[in-house]
Amino acid sequence: MKIKDVQEILKAELLCGDSCVDNDVEGYFACDLISEMLLHMKPSSLLVTSLLNAHVVHTAHVMDVSGVVFVAGKKPDETIIANARQNAIPLLSTSYLMYESCGKLYVSGIGISLENTDPVSGD
Amino acid sequence: MTEMEACTPQITLDFPIGEKDFFIAGESASKVKKILQQLGLKQDIVRKVAIIIYEAAMNVSIHASHGQLKVRVDPESISVETEDTGAGIPDIDLAMKEGYSTAPYEIREMGFGAGMGLPNIKQCSDELSIESKVGKGTTLKATVYFVSSTCVI
Repeated sequence: MKIKDVQEILKAELLCGDSCVDNDVEGYFACDLISEMLLHMKPSSLLVTSLLNAHVVHTAHVMDVSGVVFVAGKKPDETIIANARQNAIPLLSTSYLMYESCGKLYVSGIGISLENTDPVSGD
Repeated sequence: MTEMEACTPQITLDFPIGEKDFFIAGESASKVKKILQQLGLKQDIVRKVAIIIYEAAMNVSIHASHGQLKVRVDPESISVETEDTGAGIPDIDLAMKEGYSTAPYEIREMGFGAGMGLPNIKQCSDELSIESKVGKGTTLKATVYFVSSTCVI
């Protein structure tokens, strides 16, 4: 699956990263906690979140994600979009809520992206 | 170890961290990541170091009045050190427990403060030491080796 497929499934608006729509998406990760993203996300994941601050893009860059989807019609401000553009991270905004977004991605066949599968012990 | 890693020159990077300078953590993690990638280091090593920097610098900006982040690239390892003047940690074992947090609401609102910072750092480090004096400050040093990329829990 590619970012352009995600864009279609979620009827999402591409906020930046026109040249990144062919990025491969190897799994998804839906979360609003930065530390959980830093602990569990695999490279080339699609991050689905309702967090809108600059940490999302910094984290996306550190964790080598293939793109970020903001749910519930949320859009970050221009500074955050500019930072994503600079780091070649495509940002999308969908009007679907978190649950609907994950449901649509799930039935599309894309798998969960998870490292350190036991969240309690971190094993 | 790859040939590139064996030839890695010694580099030191310094970042000052101010009180409530909440975005410096992500910015410095992002900057160091780019530098380490340019040095040709492996993706898993770069990710671990960037995660340690992110969480450790975040802790300093949340809990200290000011501090310093130092990243040193050696021929066989990378070390991340944060040193701060701040409240200190009264009980390090408790602070290491997942879910334990003293972060205020504004931090939680940003997506941090879930009590996972220090456990995340531990998970990504091959060696970790924390020294703290209440009312004085905290020094954290984490090392990631190029050869042993296994997590020490």
